Amino acid sequence: MSEEKQEKNGEKPDLDKVVETSRRDFIRKVTIAGAASVAGAAAVYSGYRFEKSKHKEGMVRVLTEDNRLVEIPAEQMQDFKPDLKVLQTRGRVGSKGKRWVMIIDLSRCRNARKCVEACQVAHHLRPYEYHITTLVMQESVNTPAYFMPKPCQHCDNPPCVSVCPVDATFKRDDGIVLIDNERCIGCRFCMAACPYSARMFHWQEPLMAEADKGKEYDVELNVPQKKGTISKCLFSADRLREGLLPYCVSACPNGVFYFGDENEDSVTNGTTKETVSLSVLLKQNAGYRLMPELGTKPRVYYLPPKNRLFEFEQGPEKDYKEEKI
Amino acid sequence: MENTRFSTPREQERIDSVAADILRNVRINKSFILWMGFLVTALALCLYTYILQLKHGLGVTGLRDYTSWGMYIANFVFFVATSLVGMLISSVLGLIGYQWVKPIARIAEIIAIAFAAVAGLVIVSDMGRPDRLPYVFMYGRVQSPILWDVTVVTTYFVLSLLLWFFPMIPDLAISKSRLQGRPAFLVKAYEFLSFRWEHHEAQYKIMRQALRILLILIIPTAFAIHTVTSWLFAVTPRTGWDSTIFGPYFISGAFVSGTAAVIIAMYFFRKSYKLEKYLTDDHFEKIGRVLILVSIVYFYFNLNEFLVPGYKLKAGDAIHLRELFTGHYAMLFWGIQLLGLIIPVFLLLFKKMRRPLPMLIISLFVLAGAWLKRYIIVVPPQGHPYLPIQDVPPEWVVYKPTLIETAVTLASILLVLIIITVLSKLFPVIPIWEMAEEEGEKSGKTVNE
Repeated sequence: MSEEKQEKNGEKPDLDKVVETSRRDFIRKVTIAGAASVAGAAAVYSGYRFEKSKHKEGMVRVLTEDNRLVEIPAEQMQDFKPDLKVLQTRGRVGSKGKRWVMIIDLSRCRNARKCVEACQVAHHLRPYEYHITTLVMQESVNTPAYFMPKPCQHCDNPPCVSVCPVDATFKRDDGIVLIDNERCIGCRFCMAACPYSARMFHWQEPLMAEADKGKEYDVELNVPQKKGTISKCLFSADRLREGLLPYCVSACPNGVFYFGDENEDSVTNGTTKETVSLSVLLKQNAGYRLMPELGTKPRVYYLPPKNRLFEFEQGPEKDYKEEKI
Repeated sequence: MENTRFSTPREQERIDSVAADILRNVRINKSFILWMGFLVTALALCLYTYILQLKHGLGVTGLRDYTSWGMYIANFVFFVATSLVGMLISSVLGLIGYQWVKPIARIAEIIAIAFAAVAGLVIVSDMGRPDRLPYVFMYGRVQSPILWDVTVVTTYFVLSLLLWFFPMIPDLAISKSRLQGRPAFLVKAYEFLSFRWEHHEAQYKIMRQALRILLILIIPTAFAIHTVTSWLFAVTPRTGWDSTIFGPYFISGAFVSGTAAVIIAMYFFRKSYKLEKYLTDDHFEKIGRVLILVSIVYFYFNLNEFLVPGYKLKAGDAIHLRELFTGHYAMLFWGIQLLGLIIPVFLLLFKKMRRPLPMLIISLFVLAGAWLKRYIIVVPPQGHPYLPIQDVPPEWVVYKPTLIETAVTLASILLVLIIITVLSKLFPVIPIWEMAEEEGEKSGKTVNE
């Protein structure tokens, strides 16, 4: 960027002390990048103390979001706290180059429902409000019953997204289908369209509405939840951003869930932390998807409940009482 | 005056006599105030329940995650359906050239306006966040059938309003000098809305052309509103909704409920406005035949909609149809089919039944059946999704409408009645100029003969 242009932009960085021309240019570029990304950059600064002694007084080295090491004046440093605009923008984009995928091994599920609980705690839901639930399934009278965890299938051809009138629910490049409850008008067309009954609606004030008051809304966590809007499984997009496995995947005690990136062809088991090849796993276990005939192309795969590790014990019926409205 | 209609003394005489008959009702009298007072009070009571819904959320209804569309959506579909009759009577029958629809056309348009306008409000009552209604226009996505629905229902409402108003301009001009003793605002409104109409032939020519355009435009629009409404269901992969004939199935059903609504309105207008001379037994006889025709067409679509999947009994369809034929909704299903469709058609085949009073009773059954039919189109398919319903509170499994929900629905029906009352009471409900012309033609014939 030329000098005139910089002046037009109104950037007047305090660079008088810098002597080297090339370096000054470099720093100017960096400062603009830094200032512009006050809103956008989750800046991590490294080696602050170590660098401080070796460098010009008042300058710090900072690692930017796109992995560049830059220097900025220390007095321009400020803690990064993403505001709503940042959260909304980055929430709609997703992780670059990733195609998230989940594998659920039905032969290992014994209905511990730890996935359900972890999810409900993370997303501030009541015991009968589900992003993920475990269902008792039986194809016919002659075939055995089994347990089936059922999150949102994050379809590549999602009927819910097609019908949304206001772009409140959307499909990201990394494969995740999210819901923006700042946008949702509560028409519930997406619920009508979803063949997997994956969505829930806040018919009343959400569980932690009082406690979450004033919190910045994170579309990747869908917290605070809002009355009169849709909520749904998010593949724990907030955890993925931090490089962690989804809440349900990590909480499973029985190794039911694998999660990973289709582009890398690798998935990691949430319990054993073992990483395996996605294609091999699906091939060896005859992996399948739910209701492929509907053409929704889910991103969740199931491994059939063969050679099950546990006896099928259904346990007592859960007796959920609806909270009074 | 040259090139001006109704200028000869004889024509003036005819106008005088017709206008006297029709305008007798255009007044704010005691019964009008009482009736409106009743409607408005009832509406206010019902709207209070809507305030409760706004405050506490949609949880005050019987709707839950599995059956998330219920009475409100069924009522919306019913309203859109019933409004379609404006197009059937004025456009289809009018363009074909049936003269007998003339005194009914305006009644049909009033029905269309009232139901289309309130349909728009009904859909808002189903929204979780009605405060975000502007988002539909700010962030609207053209892929969503809801956008199509909003567009065509609004268009249809405007076209119906114009189709009601345009042919009434000469009437307003005729009436404005004959409103002695009516409130000043009404006289002023007539004065303004008649746009200095002078019954000039050139004016009639322009109106005729404009009407022709509107009558043609409203046909595709009317087909669009109900086809798109049916697509709100048909575009989803649910059994019971996932049907390719939903468009024509809904349209044919719409004609049935709309015709029934017009017959009911005709009966009450004739009775309370003393219009026996203009809404004759012959008119009832003829519209009775229309009801037979549209009901038979609707029956044909019902046959296709239920018999064909019933023959194959694919897994999902089998559950759905069992619920309807012998299960939880059997009483309702067979009640609607028999009392709301098959028996009415059978009865109407007899000439004796096509008289005003029997037609009123039959039409009330047909209309009630039409409302309930929308309910069993909307609700049962949600009760058995592809994946089982488990681990939820018992209230979530079977949908039961609550009192609040019913009251809000009742509010919409009251609002329709208010609009119909106001439009029919403050403006001539029968076209004066067309009736005067018709009389002229009749007497002309007798002279010639």
